Amino acid sequence: MEAAIATRNLTRVFGGKRRRLQRKREPSEKRVVALDSVNLEIPHGELFGLLGPNGAGKTTLIKILATLLLPTSGEAYVAGYDVAKDPFPIRKRINMVTGGETSGYGLLTTRENVWMFSQFYGMPSRQVKKVIDLLAEEFDLQERMDAKVRTLSTGERQKMNMIRGFVTDPEIIFLDEPTLGLDVTAARSIRGFIKKWIQEQKGRTVLLTTHDMMEADELCDRIAIIDRGRILACDSPEGLKRLIKKDVTLKIETDRLKDTSVFRSIPGVRNFAVSENPKGRSMTTTFILEDDAPIADIMSEVLRQGSRVHSLKKTEPTLEEVFISLVGRGLD
Amino acid sequence: MRVNLLLNLRALVGRAYPRIIGAQREPSWIFFETLLPLLTIAAYVYIYEYLGVPQFVGFVVLGGTMVAFWMNILWSMAAQFYWEKQIGNLQLYMMAPMSRMALLGGMAVGGAVMTSTRAVATLVLGVLIFRITLVVLDPLLLLAIFLTTLAALYGLGMIFASVYLLYGREAWHASNLLQEPVFLVSGFYFPLKTFVTRLGAGGLWVAAGASIIPMTLGLDAMRQLLFPELLAYGLLRPDIELLILLILAPVFIYLARISLAYLERLGKEQGRLTLRHQ
Ligand SMILES: Nc1ncnc2c1ncn2[C@@H]1O[C@H](COP(=O)(O)OP(=O)(O)O)[C@@H](O)[C@H]1O
Ligand SMILES: [Mg+2]
Repeated sequence: MEAAIATRNLTRVFGGKRRRLQRKREPSEKRVVALDSVNLEIPHGELFGLLGPNGAGKTTLIKILATLLLPTSGEAYVAGYDVAKDPFPIRKRINMVTGGETSGYGLLTTRENVWMFSQFYGMPSRQVKKVIDLLAEEFDLQERMDAKVRTLSTGERQKMNMIRGFVTDPEIIFLDEPTLGLDVTAARSIRGFIKKWIQEQKGRTVLLTTHDMMEADELCDRIAIIDRGRILACDSPEGLKRLIKKDVTLKIETDRLKDTSVFRSIPGVRNFAVSENPKGRSMTTTFILEDDAPIADIMSEVLRQGSRVHSLKKTEPTLEEVFISLVGRGLD
Repeated sequence: MRVNLLLNLRALVGRAYPRIIGAQREPSWIFFETLLPLLTIAAYVYIYEYLGVPQFVGFVVLGGTMVAFWMNILWSMAAQFYWEKQIGNLQLYMMAPMSRMALLGGMAVGGAVMTSTRAVATLVLGVLIFRITLVVLDPLLLLAIFLTTLAALYGLGMIFASVYLLYGREAWHASNLLQEPVFLVSGFYFPLKTFVTRLGAGGLWVAAGASIIPMTLGLDAMRQLLFPELLAYGLLRPDIELLILLILAPVFIYLARISLAYLERLGKEQGRLTLRHQ
């Protein structure tokens, strides 16, 4: 059987030349390669994650797969159909939920909104009602189903969006940062549902994008790390962590350093990423090292810059360290 | 085939629903969409009465009522996809397996039904307040003209909706631009024939041009059928006007289909069906 999702040298470029129907005086946009020769193959039944920082190209990939955007070159197939040539059979089999989505009409109730969107898939109303009731229970949203949408909180609203996306029982669902901006409880409820949904029935496929390492680690069978439109690695969370298993990962917290680029020239430093701590004036630098040898050089460089070391610890490799070792910076 | 027909029928009803049901939930519409138009109508009524031609009062009440449909075309058809894109509905519509005509059709049917309730309310109030007598000699022809006018008018609205698909705020300006000039050339507040009597042959061209907007001929025909004493002010015979509208309606709907298909494709190429941050 063919894959649920497959791409071949998929490339998408924005801007660079003046568009048809664009006014002459408007300057043509800067050229951005949002996706650069992406090759992916996601079998049916997989919960596949795309992990990457803002602007990496995650949403662009999802829009192409959801038949909302055409590739500049290369191909993409969903459920075996070409997104550019054969969008309608794809559309019957997919759905999409985006984080922070504000879709629907405020004057309608939650239930009416979900019903309306289900009609665009031709679902019989009686069946819709049953499925909506089941899903409302899953998300613990029964009490808000007959409230007007504009009275919903952010978390409730995103639960409605999830119900909207899943009500059509898609074969393949695209979840674009579905927990973005949610409080812990709402996010947990959504993650719990995704896990349950995919286990409930064989062959269901989820493509999830996130820039939350823990979310990716917790949910995904496989993860592709994407940056600047390129897939840098693609494996199971464990497989990705194995990439840096032999490496030493080290976190040091110091006063703010004037120049961190010098770390790059220390032999044995594979990569590092800096994150400013929200409180105070300290910062944390995460290093991926070949072995213990460079630690002494790092320490003397910190001291040379007149900075104090607040703490230093070796850590277990998590996806965050994998990401840093591949990309050379943190996710945020 | 049958499955797709059912799907698209459901989609059409689904899209019409918020316009028909949702829009009635806000009682402020009675004020904004029924009482406010009456103020403009009243101004014209008093002018005609002052000039000693009270027979035109009914004329103006009907015209002023029909304005609601043109406003609905501009703000809820033409500019619609702009709002839908902003709130994130457009991408959900475009990725659904429904035909684009079901989407446009749902907007049109919903808009026509909703606006009709407002128009009827305004008309009833206008007739009562300004004590107008309507004489319905040929109710079937009247109904046919009204419905065909709506079909052609909303067909034009569907073209607008698709042409505006890729625009941002410009859609708003364009709608503004199409408001007052059409009030004038469509003769909402005076007989269309005035163009001919005032401007001669040139006026005929103005009237002919204005007839692209189906409300123009529809209104002219309905006036002749409701106010037989003013028959002489009609531009063409009502049955001929009906014939023209019967041609315009399918042509407009067909053009809407082609233009939406073309612009959707262009939007998918250029990344303009969705907002960048969505
Ligand atoms: N419609 C568009 N027009 C121009 N540039 C775009 C458009 N959509 C996305 N981009 C650019 O493409 C790159 C990838 O964006 P996106 O796919 O949204 O990233 P992500 O979802 O990973 O944050 C970014 O540089 C973004 O600015
Ligand atoms: Mg994104």
